[in-house]
Amino acid sequence: MTLTIHDLRKRSGSYLSGSAGCPGCGATLAFRIASRVLGPDTVYIVPACCFSVIQAPYPKSAISAPLYNIAFAAAAATASGVYRAYRILGKDINVVAWAGDGGTVDIGIQALSGAAERGENIIYVCYDNEAYMNTGIQRSGATPLKAWTKTTPMGKRKMPKDMPMIVAAHRVPYVATASVGYPFDLASKFDKAKEIEGFKYIHIFSPCPPGWNSPVSKTAEIGKLAVDTYFWPLYEVKNGKLRITVKPRKRPLKEFLDLQDRFRGLSDKEVALLEEIVMEKWNFLLHLEKSERIF
Amino acid sequence: MSIEGKWEIITGNHAAAIAAKLARVKVVAAYPITPQTTIVEYIASLVESGYMNAEYIRVESEHSAMAAVIGASAAGVRTFTATASQGLLLMSEVVHWAAGSRLPIGMAIVNRAVGPPWSIHVDHQDSMSQRDTGWLQMYISSNQEVLDTMLMMYKVAEHPDVLLPFMVCLDGFVLSHTYMPVNIPSQEEVDDFLPPYKPPHWKLDPESPITFGNLALPNEYQEMRWSMDLSMKRSLELVEDVAEEFSRKFGRYYGGATWKYKTQDADYMIITSGTMASEAEVAVDKLREEGMSVGLLKIRSFRPFPHRDVVETLQDKKGVIVIDRSISFSSGGPIGIETRSSLYNLSGRPPIANYITGLGGRDVTYQDIIATLKDGVGRITSGRLRRLYYWFKLKPEYEKIELSEEAAI
Repeated sequence: MTLTIHDLRKRSGSYLSGSAGCPGCGATLAFRIASRVLGPDTVYIVPACCFSVIQAPYPKSAISAPLYNIAFAAAAATASGVYRAYRILGKDINVVAWAGDGGTVDIGIQALSGAAERGENIIYVCYDNEAYMNTGIQRSGATPLKAWTKTTPMGKRKMPKDMPMIVAAHRVPYVATASVGYPFDLASKFDKAKEIEGFKYIHIFSPCPPGWNSPVSKTAEIGKLAVDTYFWPLYEVKNGKLRITVKPRKRPLKEFLDLQDRFRGLSDKEVALLEEIVMEKWNFLLHLEKSERIF
Repeated sequence: MSIEGKWEIITGNHAAAIAAKLARVKVVAAYPITPQTTIVEYIASLVESGYMNAEYIRVESEHSAMAAVIGASAAGVRTFTATASQGLLLMSEVVHWAAGSRLPIGMAIVNRAVGPPWSIHVDHQDSMSQRDTGWLQMYISSNQEVLDTMLMMYKVAEHPDVLLPFMVCLDGFVLSHTYMPVNIPSQEEVDDFLPPYKPPHWKLDPESPITFGNLALPNEYQEMRWSMDLSMKRSLELVEDVAEEFSRKFGRYYGGATWKYKTQDADYMIITSGTMASEAEVAVDKLREEGMSVGLLKIRSFRPFPHRDVVETLQDKKGVIVIDRSISFSSGGPIGIETRSSLYNLSGRPPIANYITGLGGRDVTYQDIIATLKDGVGRITSGRLRRLYYWFKLKPEYEKIELSEEAAI
């Protein structure tokens, strides 16, 4: 069941005023929604990422739930330890690893893979702003093809890792993609994840105005266009069964690209190539959706 | 069948695993590495058989092992892990993190040389490289001492004045795989000595939420490091007190931060650690039979370092021979460096001959200790103590090059 604005308004989240997030930050939007669904009995483990700063510097905090900061590569392992301690103490508390794309698809992938394989009962969240934004816009394994970053000044020449599928291949009970442009779809996925026993993975498309050179007022719109242009399809893999959760009418990819200077100056041919890639992915997902189990 | 309250013939690794059980550790996370592996295996069997009531996380790396026990300790339970050599080096980042988080995690280090080249045998380079992480470090000479020191150190580390993690370091193979008789205390006795862990400072608890470890600016950071240093210094007294309390309860005593053997009337002192210290006891007896007045100061606690104890024990001696099983390249052995530092401001301080030996498992017997002592005393009495440190037991062709080199000082 999809949650509505009325459901979310009734719940209090763990995000207070006074954060150090940038204007238009997609990650803060994601946290605001997720924490409302997860509720107060939730502990967050945060590796090095934008959220290390967003939570606000010591001795203040903009997060009202328990939050523990850990080294870059270690979110999933630390969350595993927290969960196991609660299990032996008989406490029912959501344990959430809240990580950026670098801490997930690159430096943290080993610990993540280990925790997924062990079936730790945690929710691992990747809020994906598609580059190392906390260190000032360097490419990551999640940076899309052709995107400008400070370490890909001519545009990235490689495809990003398909992280949700990599995690799904661990045969965990729940994997989902989400976007801050589809808040109720996002909320519903957290609502499902917290009821499922085992390792859950939610990968959230999170626009970053300073990193993408996009207008701060367009975060929600870019988040929506990412889905509507099939650049970031919304789906879930529950017990191996894939379902596309939002099937919008296709809009031209250019509408999405044009709102972000990181894609500035792409030739028509390059845009056509990217369009081809998103359609290929979309058709592949439609194909997978027909299978009883993809993993 | 319970082994508690009995004498058992066990290895140092078994002793460490049994100590974790008796300490009622609630979460263990570990990754196998020679020569620590049998700890991991033994704990698996203790947990699977239901004898040990703990969560056991079979992680995919040492970095994750430490990260996981950090998480569990932050959630408020007693934790244990064990590693060696490369494993400790891989986890080093989070070794610092554990201490900075003020989590009293227990870790057995089965000392092993660092590669390359690959070596599975003992030296202290691995744990000595973690000297400045904020962990308490104890160096051990017997399997019984492994078990007992683990229990003592949980009590020290969890004290509200300390709240720092600890390493109990045992020599790879020499203790880890060597069988010795060990008296295993009963669970009731241990429970009476070591109460359950209740974090007095902070834990991850939705009832009382806090944010831990967020960005500290230059006007905040330094005092946090100062407080770690203060706690480390205060822990020294607790190491002594808890050792005495343990001895009253269990009838076994290994000294506190140091162990002194025939030091009172000694002219010359040997300082060393780990299993080299048990060889050194034999060496002291043999040397005394020859008429040399020699004593031993065993460094059990390298962190905190017992500076005052070292000064008081050494101040009126004619000379000190420090034998290290690791090397700080171009500066000597870590214990030699600390000893020199302790004594520097003392007027009429004794000269120090520091020896580096036993690396990568090269055997150090009591005869070797006797030889270093005689070499050191010879240099001191004849004015030939020209160097900060000497290598001992190099192959002759290397020894020749070493002695032809310009001395460091």
